[in-house]
Amino acid sequence: MSAGTITAQPEPRPSPPASGPRRSAVESTASWRLTDRLGLAIAWVLGLLFCAVCAAIVIFLFIQGIRYIRPELLVTNPHVGFDQNETGGFLAPMIGTFLVAAIAIAIAGPVGVGVAVWLSEYGRPVGLARLVESTVEMLAGAPSVVLALFGILLFETHPLGFLSEINGGVVFGKSFFAAGAMLSLVALPLVVSTVREGLQAIPNHVREASYAVGKTKIATIRRVLLPAARPSVITGHMLGIGHVIGDTAIIVLLLGDTQTLQGVGHVPVWGTLRGTGSTLTSYIFDNAPTGDLNQPNKAYAAAFVLLAIILVLNLIVDVFGRRSKELLWS
Amino acid sequence: MDEELLLEPVPEGLSQDQRAELGLGALVCGVVLILLAMLAFIFREAWSSFAHNGISWFGPGGNVDSQIQAIFTSGDFKRAPQFLIHAWPLVWSTILTTGAAVVISFVSSLFVAVFMVEFAPAPIKRMLEPVIRLLASVPSVIYGLVGVLVVVPFIGNHLISTSDKASVTPVIQLSGSSLLAAVAILTIMISPIMIAIFAEGLRSVPRGWLEGSLALGVNRWRTFWNIAVRTARPALVAGTVLATARALGEAVMLSMVSGSVGFAPNPADGLIFVFEPSRGLAATILHNTDELTSPPMKATLFAIAAVLLFSSAMLSLAGWAAKQPMKRYFNVGGAAA
Repeated sequence: MSAGTITAQPEPRPSPPASGPRRSAVESTASWRLTDRLGLAIAWVLGLLFCAVCAAIVIFLFIQGIRYIRPELLVTNPHVGFDQNETGGFLAPMIGTFLVAAIAIAIAGPVGVGVAVWLSEYGRPVGLARLVESTVEMLAGAPSVVLALFGILLFETHPLGFLSEINGGVVFGKSFFAAGAMLSLVALPLVVSTVREGLQAIPNHVREASYAVGKTKIATIRRVLLPAARPSVITGHMLGIGHVIGDTAIIVLLLGDTQTLQGVGHVPVWGTLRGTGSTLTSYIFDNAPTGDLNQPNKAYAAAFVLLAIILVLNLIVDVFGRRSKELLWS
Repeated sequence: MDEELLLEPVPEGLSQDQRAELGLGALVCGVVLILLAMLAFIFREAWSSFAHNGISWFGPGGNVDSQIQAIFTSGDFKRAPQFLIHAWPLVWSTILTTGAAVVISFVSSLFVAVFMVEFAPAPIKRMLEPVIRLLASVPSVIYGLVGVLVVVPFIGNHLISTSDKASVTPVIQLSGSSLLAAVAILTIMISPIMIAIFAEGLRSVPRGWLEGSLALGVNRWRTFWNIAVRTARPALVAGTVLATARALGEAVMLSMVSGSVGFAPNPADGLIFVFEPSRGLAATILHNTDELTSPPMKATLFAIAAVLLFSSAMLSLAGWAAKQPMKRYFNVGGAAA
């Protein structure tokens, strides 16, 4: 709460006394102590070095991507071939990325908003609230390989067998459902913390005004608080999707990592979701020199597409993040 | 207090409001239960590996790769299951890569964040922020790809001399997949996370505090370093914990870059040691996922997962404990954790 109100303050920062010493080159550092000058120099050097490294990575990836990307890569499925011209594109991994992100956010979105609402508006047994907070924090810190192993354990059990392939009584345990469900645990902490921050930034008099006109608490949450926090809800979802489509370990372990979509049974969409596939991240992983396929050009092209998706998500976050900052109440 | 505000008569049974609260409470309990189930399942699966090895699970001894191989093949139903593993090389590799990367990126991120918030010219500042956010969300597999296609060949071809390679040939091959590559890329990977959180903390330090110091004639560097950085310590802890958790659990990038050998890089070897390959705990899980069908192998991999989970839990606990005395009067970046 305190952080919320304080972060709102430094917006009109370029106040005269602050920008005075910054703008004028008059304040020379000559009178400073050596350690201070050294510190400033290190900050400049490291700052510029970081800029250079950033620029190098971004430019390198975009150049390599543009060099190797072909329009037909986006519309053909990967298949077996002798060299990089014959192995097709990555349509199936792109569809896989989309499916996995959709499943994960369909679970993590509502659950995350619910948890955030409970934490910020109810949180009644204080012990439970502490427990939930540390649960979310632990989920945020849990390595995704570990989540993936838990997923294998969970989805190989018979009650959950209908979500993947069952062959001769043995549950295969690898499917879009399994991967999406585990990835929702990756997205959950981001949704929770972002939405919660948004809800806490709404000052209390808004709630009190709503109670004063006779609205119940849940009506206040649904009609007043969540609409007001919509920018943070959207930001949280986008951050969650960004993490989900960037995850590789869960995909490799729980999606089966087959090159094309391998549906199970004959029901069209349900069968695909029960089946295995791959995503852009696992496609890159397999096509890197350390992977099974070793086709670096394809990997660069897929990395370019993945980066483009992430860039778009970031832009959305930027737009809505700015909008949530503009929404000042006081 | 909120309930007193509800003046409408409560109908018999539960009101809509109470139902909503109960529903949300149940949802929250469900999330907690999932985590507890995860802990319980993972530690139960891991138990037989820990029970057979005791504390020597973490100790050195023997070749860890051949031990893992023996564990895997003993999963065949005709043989007695084997659990012997001395996972020190894996633990040591994780400690080395995570520790080195976190220390390097903490120091440099602190300076970069200070530079970005206070000293950088406006155009650089404007450009840097979105780029940092983009870099923080780049998937680790892309960092791994760049590492394995650019950094590893560079190290292999230019930094390691042929005589160095020859000197260790009987023990290990130096191809460029090395501790150095792993630490370098891990540093670049976690720095943006740290910088973003550090900068947020530094920015929310009240301007008046800095101006008060400037007005006393303290120079800008010293003002910022002594007041802003000190005030933002909770944010520094939060950023470090988050970045360390990311580094600790990083499997994909490290399995691509650090060379998949269960070898403990030995600082006693001199400078060559940074060129030696290794494989961390998380990368070992990823490397052996196809072998989960073998029951003893499954127990071993879950034991590794349990170690990772336990360390990340301890990490967030340590972060929480470190933050307590700091946020007595000012809580910067508390929400970021």
